[in-house]
Amino acid sequence: MLQNIDMSLVDWSRGQFALTAMYHWLFVPLTLGLSFIVAIMESIYVRTGDPEWKKITKFWMTIFGINFAIGVATGIILEFEFGTNWSKYSWFVGDIFGAPLAIEGIMAFFMESTFIAIMFFGWNKVSRKFHLASTWLTAIGANLSALWILVANAWMQNPVGMHFNPDTARNEMSSFWEVLFSMSAVNKFLHTISAAYILAAIVVVGISAWYLLRNRHIVFAKRSIVVASVFGLIGILNTIGTGDNSAREIAKEQPMKFAAMEALYDGKTHAGLVAAGALKGENKESEIRQRDFIFKLEIPSALSYIVHLSPEGFVPGINDLIYGNTRRGILSFEEKADRGLVAINALRDLKKAKDNDPEKYAELRAQFENPEWVNTYFKYFGYGYFKAHEPAKIIPNVAISFYSFHTMVGLGFFFVLLMFFSLIWSINNKITQRRWFLYVLVWSIPLAYFAHEAGWVLAEMGRQPWIIQDILPTMAAVTNLTSATVQVTFWLFTIVFTALLIAELKIIFKQINLGPKDGGQ
Amino acid sequence: MTAAISYLFLQHYWWIIISLLGSLLVFLLFVQGGQTFILSLGKNDVEKTMIVNAFGRKWEFTFTTLVTFGGAFFASFPLFYATSFGGAYWVWVAILFSFIIQAVSYEFRSKPGNFLGAKTYEVFLFINGLLGPLLLGIAVATFFTGSVFSLDEMNHVIWQSPWKGLEAVTNPMNVILGLAILFLARVLGLLYLLNSIDHQDLLEKVRKKLVLNTVIFLVFFLTFVVWLLFATGYAYDDTGKVFMEKNKYLHNLFQMPLNTLFFLLGVISVLWGLFISLFRNSDKGIWWTGAGTVLTVFALFILVGFNRTSFYPSSYDLSSSLTIENASSSKYTLKTMFFVSFMVPFVVWYIWVAWKAINKKKITEEEMKEESHIY
Ligand code: HDD
Ligand code: HEM
Ligand code: HEM
Repeated sequence: MLQNIDMSLVDWSRGQFALTAMYHWLFVPLTLGLSFIVAIMESIYVRTGDPEWKKITKFWMTIFGINFAIGVATGIILEFEFGTNWSKYSWFVGDIFGAPLAIEGIMAFFMESTFIAIMFFGWNKVSRKFHLASTWLTAIGANLSALWILVANAWMQNPVGMHFNPDTARNEMSSFWEVLFSMSAVNKFLHTISAAYILAAIVVVGISAWYLLRNRHIVFAKRSIVVASVFGLIGILNTIGTGDNSAREIAKEQPMKFAAMEALYDGKTHAGLVAAGALKGENKESEIRQRDFIFKLEIPSALSYIVHLSPEGFVPGINDLIYGNTRRGILSFEEKADRGLVAINALRDLKKAKDNDPEKYAELRAQFENPEWVNTYFKYFGYGYFKAHEPAKIIPNVAISFYSFHTMVGLGFFFVLLMFFSLIWSINNKITQRRWFLYVLVWSIPLAYFAHEAGWVLAEMGRQPWIIQDILPTMAAVTNLTSATVQVTFWLFTIVFTALLIAELKIIFKQINLGPKDGGQ
Repeated sequence: MTAAISYLFLQHYWWIIISLLGSLLVFLLFVQGGQTFILSLGKNDVEKTMIVNAFGRKWEFTFTTLVTFGGAFFASFPLFYATSFGGAYWVWVAILFSFIIQAVSYEFRSKPGNFLGAKTYEVFLFINGLLGPLLLGIAVATFFTGSVFSLDEMNHVIWQSPWKGLEAVTNPMNVILGLAILFLARVLGLLYLLNSIDHQDLLEKVRKKLVLNTVIFLVFFLTFVVWLLFATGYAYDDTGKVFMEKNKYLHNLFQMPLNTLFFLLGVISVLWGLFISLFRNSDKGIWWTGAGTVLTVFALFILVGFNRTSFYPSSYDLSSSLTIENASSSKYTLKTMFFVSFMVPFVVWYIWVAWKAINKKKITEEEMKEESHIY
């Protein structure tokens, strides 16, 4: 099924998507969080009338603006890339996937871009209240755009609310609400925005710490730290809570991703949670490349507990998912591939019968509406593509999944401490004496970005080889282009985005160096 | 109530929304048109700064409208989205590319430490101003002239030219519409400056430029319209079979008189706006010409989508041509989006409020010196 696919085209297309998405994600979380931080600061200014708060607000707003522009520049590529590079995907699921993207434009992007103009140019043109409202609406608009795109993404991880229409050869939406309120979507949205809040908080606290180290803008820095720490602390606690929910949801909907992120090969009850560990190289003896740990720190039964809220719960490993586990009712890869192939062939026969064999057509057409048949065969449609391929093809990269997950979680707990102490010590005014801590704060900025990128790498690489879980393999979704074409655009985007990133960093560093008075006024 | 809404109605309804977004987008390209003048009109820093800021306060609208246009097309006519973007790859990539470099240019241009230098960002704005309208115009022209693709039984696109969309420039009608849109954008940009800037010297130069650009725009636009009246178009019958029909668009003009009225009113309004700007020293031309642009472009979209016309025809394989009936989303999705579209008037309302708030006072030299946030 996948024989005549140009793998180099697939790889370059994936590379291009990864590149553009990861660039986009360098800017988006700061927008999501900083917009609220700025809105809170301006609210304090409007209540107190204290010009120092206006200065604070304006400085962070400048940083927001610079970051926003490049976020927009990288976003437009993504929006159209579904069509340019994943056109088979866009047809196969566009009926469902397009809707959130359109709603995002109508509902969120306009709100954001309209009120951002007032936020920046309205200081002397509209009333204080109107201005403040605009700042809040910008923040709400930004976060609404996150909602819709994340609903779309969650749907790829857990496709619900749809049914397949063999006549058009595509999936069609059957319930908008199921798409919107699937647990995957809810968790993904909450986890991602709260993770964005902690990132923005760390950026604000980190830059302020740098001023304190330099003995500049002391009042400005301390006030910024207090606001951001409270915001960040709330953010990180939510991040952890929703991350935990996300993991449980994955165990249910994407067991292979779950097994990979814990590097669990043999399923078990009383499964332990690897809190930290290092993986050995691949062990090629078995058919599936098994990996052992060089060392690991395990919390007994915790994994079973996370998934089932009970230590007795069984957590399937990679081997169970490949070879099947009859006792636990898990189908083997072979079985799923066979069933998927039945569905694929049924679709092909239906296409053939359509014009010349109405009886056969009607019979096959009825099958696609029969829930039992759909559940037995169509459910595994995507696996049919992998018939006669080695089972290892459906295992995501275990090392990448494992490390990205553990990096993110580790940093998450670290950030709790970070926000807690920056809040406590700035309230009791000890923070300026603890210079080592100020250094830690500054150096945590890149860590926050690292945690974010790790999270996405886990989410997206962990779902491989699926572009839509169990339904469409990434390889079957790509536009018919030559690999050379995609290479050209890949490098084009790499060069442009990198140049723009350098420009943005230089401008931001310059603004920070100028400080609130000169830069922010 | 919703059960009574027919699939066909929804398909038409969504084509109207797409047409509306498309026509608003063309109007908002005044930002791009204006950007082509930054290098040539602004003789000193003050003038240049005023021009950049006049358009800099509006670029987000154009950009967002483009994005929403793409998103709405995806949701309502996914087969178009998959076919055109995946097939005419290079045209769309070039358009997107010009918008990437625009997005940062305003914000970065005048900031200290901007790495590439102010001049580079001005050139970026120029490139976007030139390529954006030109290529969008060419892409839309293929709605009338057709493209070379076929669809397989799974509805996957196979583009028949190795140029992946760029071959569109070999058809003179495509280029003529592209140039018409480009010069329209430039004219609108100049009209917008007349409306939003208070600076005697600059405005005189603007009026001078307006004359020549108006003439060029009218030549290209009228050529396209005349061609359209006589062109053979892509029609389809009851069964969905696509065929060539002589004077199809002319027939559409006769068979959809209301739309033709829109078209004529649009053209008159465009001309009136130009007239009062050139001969009566008015600064309101942008509103007349702008509204006229929206009406005219809207009518053109309807012309190519309604009355059993294929809106994205394939000249290579007629049976692969896209129509609003065979390229649309399912009824359920269109219906869901139908309710979503009720938000549009609300969005238009708040844009209007915000726009008025910012444009209350004209941009002056003094403001450029005092304002805290300038580009
Ligand atoms: C500051 C950033 C940050 C931090 C500290 C955390 N996360 Fe996270 N995580 C993200 C930022 C992030 C993200 C970038 O926002 C992701 C990528 C995709 C998504 O939905 O959110 C993500 C994804 C993500 C996923 C995969 C979702 C999927 O595949 O659909 C899981 C299971 C977790 N996270 C779990 C956690 C847990 C248990 C954490 C506990 C401390 C945690 N994350 C901290
Ligand atoms: C692959 C998926 C994505 C696509 C197609 C996409 C598309 C876009 C587009 C087109 C823009 C520019 C909007 C404008 O005109 O103002 C944009 C900006 C933005 N996007 Fe994305 N985006 C994606 C991923 C994400 C994610 C995952 C989030 C949030 C969770 C997000 C949040 C934002 C925000 C907040 C902005 C505002 C500008 C900024 O980045 O600062 N996007 N995106
Ligand atoms: C902005 C945050 C995001 C980041 C950093 C990100 C990251 C990535 C990465 C690293 C890949 C490559 C995976 C691989 O090839 O193994 C990828 C692929 C992909 N992602 Fe995301 N992603 C983001 C958001 C989204 C969203 C919101 C969507 C959809 C709504 C999405 C859809 C896709 C698609 C279609 C691919 C290509 C197919 C594939 O390789 O699976 N991504 N992304």
